[in-house]
Amino acid sequence: MASLNRPGQPKSGFLQSVEARRNARRWVRAEQSVIVILLVAATFVSVLTTIGIIVTLIKESFGFFQDVSVWEFITGTKWAPLFEPQSFGVLPLIGGTLLAAGIAGIVALTLGLGAAIYLSEYAPDRVRRIIKPILEVLAGIPTVVYGFFALSFVTPLLQSFLPIPVIFNVLSAGIVMGLMIMPMVSTLSEDAMVAVPRPLRDAAYALGATRFEVAVKVVVPAALPGIVASFILALSRAIGETLIVTIAAGATPNLTLNPLESIQTMTAYIVQVSLGETPQGTLVFKTIFAVGLVLFLMTLAMNIAGRWIVRRYTERY
Amino acid sequence: MEHHQAPLGSARVTSPIAASVTRPRYSGPTPPSGSAATRSPWRRWRDRFFFLLFFASVAIGILGLAALVIDVLTDGLGALDFSFINSYPSRHPGESGIRAALFGTIWITLGTAAFAIPIGVATAIYLEEFAPDHWATRLVQLNIANLAGVPSIIYGILGLALFVQALSLDRSVLAGSLTMTLLILPIVIIVSQEAIKAVPNEFRDAAFALGANRWQVVKMVVLPQAIPGIMSGIILALSRAVGEAAPMLMISSLVFLTFIPTSPGDRFTVLPVQIFNWVSLPQPGFQAVASAGIIVLLAVLLSMNSVAIWIRNRYQKRY
Amino acid sequence: MPTRYVALALGITLIAGIVALGLNEPDTSILATDSPLTGTIEIDGSSTVFPISQAVAEEFRKVHPAVQVAVGVSGTGGGFKRFVVGETHISNASRAIKPSEIDKAAENGIEFIEIAVGFDGLSIIANPSNGFLECVTTQELRAIWEPGSDLHRWSDVRPEFPDGKFRLYGPDTDSGTFDYFTEAIMEHEDASRSDYTASADDNVLIRGVGGDKNALGYFGFAFYSSAPHLLKLIAVDSGSGCIYPSAETINNGTYSPLARPMFIYVNTAALERVEVVEFVNFYLDNATQLVTEVGYVPLPVELYDEGRTELNGAIGEPTS
Repeated sequence: MASLNRPGQPKSGFLQSVEARRNARRWVRAEQSVIVILLVAATFVSVLTTIGIIVTLIKESFGFFQDVSVWEFITGTKWAPLFEPQSFGVLPLIGGTLLAAGIAGIVALTLGLGAAIYLSEYAPDRVRRIIKPILEVLAGIPTVVYGFFALSFVTPLLQSFLPIPVIFNVLSAGIVMGLMIMPMVSTLSEDAMVAVPRPLRDAAYALGATRFEVAVKVVVPAALPGIVASFILALSRAIGETLIVTIAAGATPNLTLNPLESIQTMTAYIVQVSLGETPQGTLVFKTIFAVGLVLFLMTLAMNIAGRWIVRRYTERY
Repeated sequence: MEHHQAPLGSARVTSPIAASVTRPRYSGPTPPSGSAATRSPWRRWRDRFFFLLFFASVAIGILGLAALVIDVLTDGLGALDFSFINSYPSRHPGESGIRAALFGTIWITLGTAAFAIPIGVATAIYLEEFAPDHWATRLVQLNIANLAGVPSIIYGILGLALFVQALSLDRSVLAGSLTMTLLILPIVIIVSQEAIKAVPNEFRDAAFALGANRWQVVKMVVLPQAIPGIMSGIILALSRAVGEAAPMLMISSLVFLTFIPTSPGDRFTVLPVQIFNWVSLPQPGFQAVASAGIIVLLAVLLSMNSVAIWIRNRYQKRY
Repeated sequence: MPTRYVALALGITLIAGIVALGLNEPDTSILATDSPLTGTIEIDGSSTVFPISQAVAEEFRKVHPAVQVAVGVSGTGGGFKRFVVGETHISNASRAIKPSEIDKAAENGIEFIEIAVGFDGLSIIANPSNGFLECVTTQELRAIWEPGSDLHRWSDVRPEFPDGKFRLYGPDTDSGTFDYFTEAIMEHEDASRSDYTASADDNVLIRGVGGDKNALGYFGFAFYSSAPHLLKLIAVDSGSGCIYPSAETINNGTYSPLARPMFIYVNTAALERVEVVEFVNFYLDNATQLVTEVGYVPLPVELYDEGRTELNGAIGEPTS
């Protein structure tokens, strides 16, 4: 802008307002610059979190694997880091985790899928509006409450008709975990099924199909990627679950397929060691990170797989 | 992908499946059940049978919930009285109370809110309004979705290694709040993004047409519209923080306290950890005490969720 | 009335109730005093001694409500690890401090005193529906618990026992109870088989043994007396007959080798603070009553007096 200054004379009102607007714009631009810097900094926190998790787990695990061979860790079948002689085979912990998650998965898949089919294909709108929030409540209950429920209600109930020799057993914890993740399977599967377009159903009905046939032969196969993904994500949740298994499944690392026994999951082990206040630097303390790393990688792989399945296989109608 | 306990209503928000489609649910005519002459009795019967089976799935889920609630109420209502809320834990079940845990929870929740709200909302604003369509942005978005799915105990490990040990914050309220912040940050970001996305573009366009720059548009137009949704989402995220025991177990450890925190550097305990402690005690009296604690925890969660739902309903804009 | 108003009313009432509570100090007790003492006392260590320290802290609070006491349960070993670097003021221990731990403390410039607070009869426990096990010899215990033990069935222990498999429960390696048991029975510290349910949380052990017909475990006597309906106490024969742990047998030494003293270790630097001195004095003054109430065996009065002398000696030092 050409200078309208006349040196030695007071500024005109017009010039003052032009300058005022120019300054205001500078302030506003400066404000935006500062704000954007702050916003980017905030965004970095999420990036740093992931980096923090990965660095912490890997750094300490690296220290751990200086003393314990990776081979022994991955293939050993005895987990006894707190005893002499120490053994560091992580398979019993992984086995316990998978057994508990497996039972939970069976419960969640049957109940969740059944509920999803009912809600999307059979239920009238009124019923649906009542039932959905109730299922959400199931998902929102804290896990410690589920653990209490497993120990105080489910275990005695199971013991009354099954010969369960121990009070801490996987079956009880698995069933309760299944109840907890069932809403997840049900909500996500229902989303997938609702997304199947009406014409497909109409066509099937036009051919004389019953609701069951439409559900099972048309809708579920069309929604299958979403259903499978919901199941994988729910399983991943069950694998990462801590409180229920710590309270109800036991503290005995035990490689077994028998759900009536006590086991210890990876998460329960991590809790056990960290409550014992083992100090930094010891080999036992580093087991927290090694086991944590396995847990993190497992859940990460499952989450990525679940999302990938949805992206790759979902039909866009 | 959010798949820890879903705060009421938000499972749908973050589902990758729902995100990709927005079709209305099937609302066509319900087909006649069995009137066509070509339908064999077997198929009709099978339809009815499976209807019952699928309904039973829902029923079992609801029954399970009912069993849980009844179990907790019958065990705990007797022990729930004013002195329970006002007392500290004790070796005698009759004298035990949740005062320390309740105030620990309040401190932790406030601390978490203090950190998570600014960082989370700022991140959401950046990602929605300012970030260029660049592979780095997509990576950050993906990263946040992944973080939402990391088991809570991993955050506990991170908190223990980073805040308690590396930064020498000890087992303090501050360390606990920071750990919880990291845990709920992905949820806060995701719900804030949803709320910001819901503001129609016309509003933004109008502001730009009047000469506002990007930040002014956000500050004066988008944010005010999005705030109810953001607030509601934040309260739901905080209610998730209230119920989480695993990371707090690792940070605070199982400790017997005779005081409530009076500064961020104090030791603390929270409701779920205290309940976990009582659940482990085999003396029969403590079952009732644990149940009473659970009732208080559920009441706190219920009140938080109610407030969030109220905000959402009251301020829901229809564009 | 629209649901959302109900929900809001509910929400606000509950939140208001909680806030109101914060402004309301609890009615502490009949002994409500205006004690001016403040400060923080950090205690950690043995889960066996924990019930005593917890009881003391609870009663102490009634007299000095402004002193903040925190009692942790990291296990005797875990407690010492914190104690020797000065993180805690008092360490609960169900065994004497080890030479390596003493060295560590010296390295870090931590001075401390040792005060005995009571006796425990480490108890061997089985499930109440176990009808055949009444008494076990120390040799049998050793055979069952030693590292690499081959015994898995009751009949391996004694041929006349049934053929079923037993399941073992016991503390984990951070526990002083573990150290003491292995030292007393295996005569070699930390020497134990590892295929049992190991938990630092004695309550897990109580529940486990109480819920498992074929269980066999060991932990502190107070934990037995806290849930006698769930557990069956087994007598121990160390060569002179089957002895049950009791106040008498522990005090006169016949319940051996599993009778053991319990200690607290106090950081002398912490004793420069009035509230810590008050606390330890309170501990000793009330030990007889609280130790019995918790389920252990109190020391003869002379030994508590010795503890007081020790305490006074340590307080005297810095000012001299």
